[in-house]
Amino acid sequence: MSTTLSTNIGNTASQPNSQIPVQTASPFSLERGLQAWREEMDAPVASFFSSCVHCGLCAIACPFQVETGDPKYTPIYKLEPMRLLWEQEYTLWGKLKGKFGLGKQITDEMLTEWEPLLYDSCSMCGRCSMVCPVGNDIAYMIRKAREGMVASGHAPEGLIAASVRAVNTGSPMGLQWKTLEVQIKHAETSGGLTVPLDQQGADYLVLLSSMEIINFPEYLEAITKIFHHAGLSWTLSKDCFEATNAGIQIGNKDIAAKLTQRVVDAAVKLGVKNLISPECGHAYTAIRWEGPNNIGRAYPFKVFHIIEVLDQLRADGRIKTEGKEMERLSMHDPCNLARKSGVIQQQRNLMDLVADNFVDLREHGKYQWCCGAGGGVSSNERAEPLKLAAFKRKKAQIEEVEPERMVTMCATCRTQLEEGLEEFNMDIPVVGLTEMIAEHLKESD
Amino acid sequence: MITSMDFLLWAKGPMFQIAIAIFAIGTLIRLTEIFALGRRHNYAEARGGELLPGLRTLYKRFHTDPGTLKRAPFDVVVGTLWHIGFIVVLLLFIPHVELIKSTFGIAWPALPNPIVDGITAITLFGLTAALIHRLMHPVKRFLSTGEDYLIWGLTFLVVLTGYLAYHRVINPYPLALGVHILTVEVFLILLPFTKLTHIFTSFVARWYTGASFGRKGVQS
Repeated sequence: MSTTLSTNIGNTASQPNSQIPVQTASPFSLERGLQAWREEMDAPVASFFSSCVHCGLCAIACPFQVETGDPKYTPIYKLEPMRLLWEQEYTLWGKLKGKFGLGKQITDEMLTEWEPLLYDSCSMCGRCSMVCPVGNDIAYMIRKAREGMVASGHAPEGLIAASVRAVNTGSPMGLQWKTLEVQIKHAETSGGLTVPLDQQGADYLVLLSSMEIINFPEYLEAITKIFHHAGLSWTLSKDCFEATNAGIQIGNKDIAAKLTQRVVDAAVKLGVKNLISPECGHAYTAIRWEGPNNIGRAYPFKVFHIIEVLDQLRADGRIKTEGKEMERLSMHDPCNLARKSGVIQQQRNLMDLVADNFVDLREHGKYQWCCGAGGGVSSNERAEPLKLAAFKRKKAQIEEVEPERMVTMCATCRTQLEEGLEEFNMDIPVVGLTEMIAEHLKESD
Repeated sequence: MITSMDFLLWAKGPMFQIAIAIFAIGTLIRLTEIFALGRRHNYAEARGGELLPGLRTLYKRFHTDPGTLKRAPFDVVVGTLWHIGFIVVLLLFIPHVELIKSTFGIAWPALPNPIVDGITAITLFGLTAALIHRLMHPVKRFLSTGEDYLIWGLTFLVVLTGYLAYHRVINPYPLALGVHILTVEVFLILLPFTKLTHIFTSFVARWYTGASFGRKGVQS
């Protein structure tokens, strides 16, 4: 399989302007993978590997392990090849063992075996990091481990394709500006408001995700309506509309930096002070927390998730709503937004504004369960059965509180919830929180 | 001919010095190996601090989150029980307090012997239960390596030999005590080179995780 994969990458990489590193599985590429891991080795990682006593509690924090029951999906086990490298090269005992030819060698076959563990069965949701008794941030290490997998030619085909499309077209789904233009026209006709484009000096630059543009174009109409209502100065950029970063999902610093730089360039060109990440969990952690480190400097603007902006507008009294949803509603916190970014209370404040019968899932906020689709799992066709298996944990949570509708604020989570609920014949519609707010705006005229 | 008293004196004397030296140097090497790697500078604008959330996580991970407690009550109860038992016996048994006093010059009140005796029995029971669980539980068994069983064995022997010496089960007594001290020395020597280092490094790990989450405004 490695050969097919590398041929694919090879072909794509030969296209002009593509900067996807070409990898073929060989002892040379293995060494390149190990070198990528050496670059990722830091004090936290060393303290994590030093501390794990194989208690296995991370297993019951992982929806992929819990729902499949397969011990190989235990989070810490997914890092075994990287742990071997740490032991062999970063500990005295490991170096001594190496001198006497003891200890397991990391091979290309081993990485092939671990590829599905690091990609298909992990959404980097970070729930394991939250419960580990010795305090290991396992998701942090998975992100690092993926760097070595890409460098050694062991990334899944689906994610490679998404990365190539992101670099070449600006969108991981290959979406072009003209597609968005159609959606903009549609939003303008339907809402009777103008969507501002390339407005120099606007306060906020709005980014979108391709998944959102294709699956939930109503989001664009909703923010246009809300921002008009609140009198917010905002704009879209024709240079860059995509907020997600395929380089972060696949685990390649170079691609990640390239994609981050496009966003920064667009924001700087328009001279905006703030950037709004869309209803997408991944995009937010990508642009908010990892982006500045991808490019190695701080941004000259601030980054907010749309929910943070809406909650701030609410707190400032700039959003006036009328009427409330009377149905029993519950909410799915996107992992990247809640557990990994601390946006937990804001969505609840907004729910209070428009919902009369809201009930939280039992484990929510920082202890919420992943929908199963994040961290690149949804771009990796091979992971489809695991993605559905992991969803069963979410399904069980939803069944506990029996809502009539689910609310969320991430296009990937929303798609996964819709597909999953459909699969299990559960008639529970899923809505985006931003749209729900837009529907309840008080008519000013 | 070497008497049991000669053995005890050797274990308490030169061997103890050697063990402490290897333990101290080894631990220093391990911690240096960790800290020397450092962390990259973080350019993302912080939402919260690092120091205090790090310290809070360091403490908070002693308390299991409700979900994990519900899903793995045996792990949590048995694990907590024998860890606390081990620490109590180590620090509050009269002869141990005396040893610490003579070595470091600091002392604190000890627990009465019958109480320590009971806690030791509970600790041995807890460790046995933990081993059986490790052997039976699919995930634990799958993850476990020789090293996991080695450090279990070392920990168990340290407690068991102490228990046997206290109860005068092995005769002569100097031999029993010498065996206990030697077991402890092996434990100390291997500590810096095995996952027994979690005794120290788990606090480092907890701090890093707490700091990294805290920076993003999440108390982990």
